[in-house]
Amino acid sequence: MATFHFELVSPERVLFSGSVDSVVVPASEGDMTVLAGHAPAMSTLKPGVVTVAEGKGNSRRLFVRGGFVDINDSGLTILAEHAIPLEDLKPEMIANDIKNAMDDVADARTVDARIAAQSRLDGLKQLQSALVN
Amino acid sequence: MPSLKDLRTRIASVKATQKITKAMQMVAAAKLRKAQMAAEAARPYAEKMESVLANLGAGVDASSAPRLLAGTGSDKVHLLVVCTAERGLCGAFNSSIARLAREHANRLLAEGKTVKILCVGKKGNDSLRRTLERNIIDLIEFRSVKQMSFVQADEVGARVLKMFEAGEFDVATLFFSRFKSVISQIPTAQQLIPAEIPAKSASKGAQAVYDYEPEEAEILASLLPRNIAVQIFKALLENAASEQGARMSAMDNATRNAGDMIKKQTQKYNRTRQAMITKELIEIISGAEAL
Repeated sequence: MATFHFELVSPERVLFSGSVDSVVVPASEGDMTVLAGHAPAMSTLKPGVVTVAEGKGNSRRLFVRGGFVDINDSGLTILAEHAIPLEDLKPEMIANDIKNAMDDVADARTVDARIAAQSRLDGLKQLQSALVN
Repeated sequence: MPSLKDLRTRIASVKATQKITKAMQMVAAAKLRKAQMAAEAARPYAEKMESVLANLGAGVDASSAPRLLAGTGSDKVHLLVVCTAERGLCGAFNSSIARLAREHANRLLAEGKTVKILCVGKKGNDSLRRTLERNIIDLIEFRSVKQMSFVQADEVGARVLKMFEAGEFDVATLFFSRFKSVISQIPTAQQLIPAEIPAKSASKGAQAVYDYEPEEAEILASLLPRNIAVQIFKALLENAASEQGARMSAMDNATRNAGDMIKKQTQKYNRTRQAMITKELIEIISGAEAL
């Protein structure tokens, strides 16, 4: 299977750098799977899990929050504001995020802002239930 | 002429000081390595951010660009974000950043602009307060923070953005010290708002067309606030490394000076002791001869 270069960087360090088979990215307009030879694209991230298939059935899952994705000829780059391996993720962190999102929904003044905050909250809740199972 | 006892206590006190400066130097050296590693680890993110911004910024025309990129259209009110250390005893580190900021502020004031100063770090606040007290709007302290993380930078960034959205300033400039080497740190002023987009090289202009999802403008709008936090984070890390570097060389100097002083004082002590012995001998001999 064709591989491509993938980098996951947070402001504090580089979490992943290497060639991979495929990466599932939680883009803001829906999850997308990136394979080798993807057309150049750019998108923002929603909080979610990045699944990296390193080939030979190995896969790695990392939790990311806030940031964006850049796909170009040289490969895929995810710039995440926060990123940690899923193994290290504490349920409290998600719970905390959900609480913040709820506050955002409550504080939202305009309809658009409320819709945006609500969808973020829904995404986080889905994520939480997915992690519990 | 100081007595022998005076000299002895003086030597002892200089020796104690030397021990402290030596210990501080070694601590700074260990911290420097850590700070340098942190600064290096943060570099890829900042670089990627820059190239992405350059890509995006080139495609947006000035009239429709977000205000963070295009500015508010005026430059009446300036915000200076001055990042310094929380602690002293690091040579000219804090004062050189403060001096650069003060010169900048004075120049703007002379041009009739309004200047607001946001201090990050206690030492910059201390030294700027003397002449520019009225202009300082707040001080953000990270005294209890051992290792700078993105959370702190985000805090400062959010603060700056909130002020910008409230229309409290037009132009923001960030002051920090760029870490060049252990013996050389360069105080730097960097314009934060409106964002300075690095010029895209001509060869990259022919790059393939990007798919933007969501809209280009929307991505740019979410990217620019993030860029501010990233730039501040970079500045804080550079500062942390510079501070330790400056402290290390300052303490190295202090240790050497203390060594010189001990040598001089010891010589003086020995001479005085010798002089007293000679004097006593002369007294005894001349007393014996008189008999």
